[in-house]
Amino acid sequence: MIRVIAFRLLQFPLVLAVIYLTTFMLVWVVPGSPFGRAERKLDPIAEQAMKERFHADSWKSFLAYYPIQVITKGDFGRSMQYQEWSVTDIIKVSLPVSVTLGIFALTIGTIFGVMIGTLAAVNRGGLFDWLSLTIALIGISIPSFVVAALLLATFTGRFGLFPIGGCGGFREMVLPAVALSLAPLAYIARLTRISMLDVLGSDFVRTARAKGLSRFTVIWKHCLRNAFLPVLSYLGPAAAATFVGSFVVETVFSIPGLGQHFVNSVKNRDQTLILGTVMIYSVFLLTFNLLVDIAYSFVDPRIDITAKSSS
Amino acid sequence: MTALDQPILADAVEAPPDTPDGLFTRIRRSRRIRFSFAVLMLILLSSLLTMPLTLRSDHPWGYNNQYALPVRVGPSFSASALWCGSDTLGRSLIGRCLLGGAASLAIGLAAAVISMTLGVAVGLVAGYRGGWIDALLMRIVDILYGLPYLLLVILFKIAFEKPLSLLVRSESAANFIVLFIAIGIVSWLTMARVVRGQVLFLRSLPFIEACKAAGLGQWRIFTRHLLPNLVGPIVVYATLIVPSAILQESFLSFLGIGIQPPLPTWGSLAADGLSPALNPIVSHWWMLVLPCTLLAVTLLALNFLGDGLSDLFDPKAEAAKI
Repeated sequence: MIRVIAFRLLQFPLVLAVIYLTTFMLVWVVPGSPFGRAERKLDPIAEQAMKERFHADSWKSFLAYYPIQVITKGDFGRSMQYQEWSVTDIIKVSLPVSVTLGIFALTIGTIFGVMIGTLAAVNRGGLFDWLSLTIALIGISIPSFVVAALLLATFTGRFGLFPIGGCGGFREMVLPAVALSLAPLAYIARLTRISMLDVLGSDFVRTARAKGLSRFTVIWKHCLRNAFLPVLSYLGPAAAATFVGSFVVETVFSIPGLGQHFVNSVKNRDQTLILGTVMIYSVFLLTFNLLVDIAYSFVDPRIDITAKSSS
Repeated sequence: MTALDQPILADAVEAPPDTPDGLFTRIRRSRRIRFSFAVLMLILLSSLLTMPLTLRSDHPWGYNNQYALPVRVGPSFSASALWCGSDTLGRSLIGRCLLGGAASLAIGLAAAVISMTLGVAVGLVAGYRGGWIDALLMRIVDILYGLPYLLLVILFKIAFEKPLSLLVRSESAANFIVLFIAIGIVSWLTMARVVRGQVLFLRSLPFIEACKAAGLGQWRIFTRHLLPNLVGPIVVYATLIVPSAILQESFLSFLGIGIQPPLPTWGSLAADGLSPALNPIVSHWWMLVLPCTLLAVTLLALNFLGDGLSDLFDPKAEAAKI
């Protein structure tokens, strides 16, 4: 077990280096400069000076400077757009906000998703099955910017239950967390329903019922543990995507999270910030995938991740 | 449930599920599939068949016929173009919604086709050949997952839009095609993973070994024995890729890098309708409600179709009630 984890951890730098280099290549291939804009052209001399200051006058000097900084100091350099800020500072300020919100949203999504999925599977074909899945699916069938804006307009203006914007307190977090949780909730509900149906048909469930255990005990103690595996493998990438924030939710609720930088940095061709955000996301993705693999063996002790994987 | 439990009449009318055409019989018998398929067909056909009207610039239903109608009029029955109201530029909303439907569905279908070809091919090769080819292909998929999706789309647009617009002599057509491919390119990854996992599972089953022992060629094993067993997951995931591609386009429209106006999609119509609808003084709700309803109904139908099909293809679909 420990050997497997160590081996995977050793692979981390390699995968991260490949992602860094590929992103770097993309960043340099995309036309458009982070300094001179179409509507606000910089003087060529000033632009050249700016480029030299950021080690961005050629891809060689960029590649000679930044990767070494990242490896030795963990420093991604200054943002080319927000020049008073270093990328590390931007991430340090905005990441905690996104992670807090993400944990909140993912908790809501997992708890309600598993509950809805289980109840739907147990009432298969019934009214509740149909109704719950429809409601869960409506959450992902309407664009997130519409859902977020509607939530905001309904619960702040009409009823005045929650504050309009800002972040920090619990009440400010509720609406954005709900908006952010809708997509994971719907996916988890469907995954749970399908795998629950699988488990409900297996022999040990019949045995458990036959020996006199109540429906509740069988479902929550015996079936859920087995039906949770697909949800678990979904939770890895979902956690990574949720924790780094969502552009739409952050824009609508004006939250200073990291999600907006993923979009804005690309729009601004802010090369250092793009690389910083992509690396953060990749680290999250790799870490959560590893955690999920470890968690497999706790949920289902038969799964042996030390064996040569075949799926 | 055994045959004895069923009423004799029903047993005589319905074919038993194990006949060779059992799959199609079951598809026809599933109410969920039938209903969602009918809804999809209704929306698809109505947006396709009205295209001659909605693409015209002099017809009141024309998608870009500005000030043909009074601006911001609510739905009314006074004129056919006003059935769903008009937008801020006096264009008929029903015409724009219908054409937007054609555009959105086309994007979804293009993504599904790309992921069904590219994703299935990569998944099949990776799963069947195994070894270093598998490792290489799956690492490529992993890396593409980690890369910023938006960067890929923007890169793709900038790189190909100009040359393509010279080639097809129309900027909006080039914009359309590039967006098709850009969304398709990022949506095949999940398909590749699913197909690979399934192939790995199938490859370990005795019947493939039997095929090899019988001396069948690789191509024959591929097409005659592997692919038929993969149809289920492929179809299910294809129906699920369509809604996600349509939603991705709506996100791109929200950012302003989707289909360029005045060409409508449901996503861009919803994005445009958001602020008039949430106007606190006078709410022009129809501009948001109509495109969102169409979008939601279509995506719901697609999701239900996918769920229904996956229930059909799942061998354990007849789960016991406890």
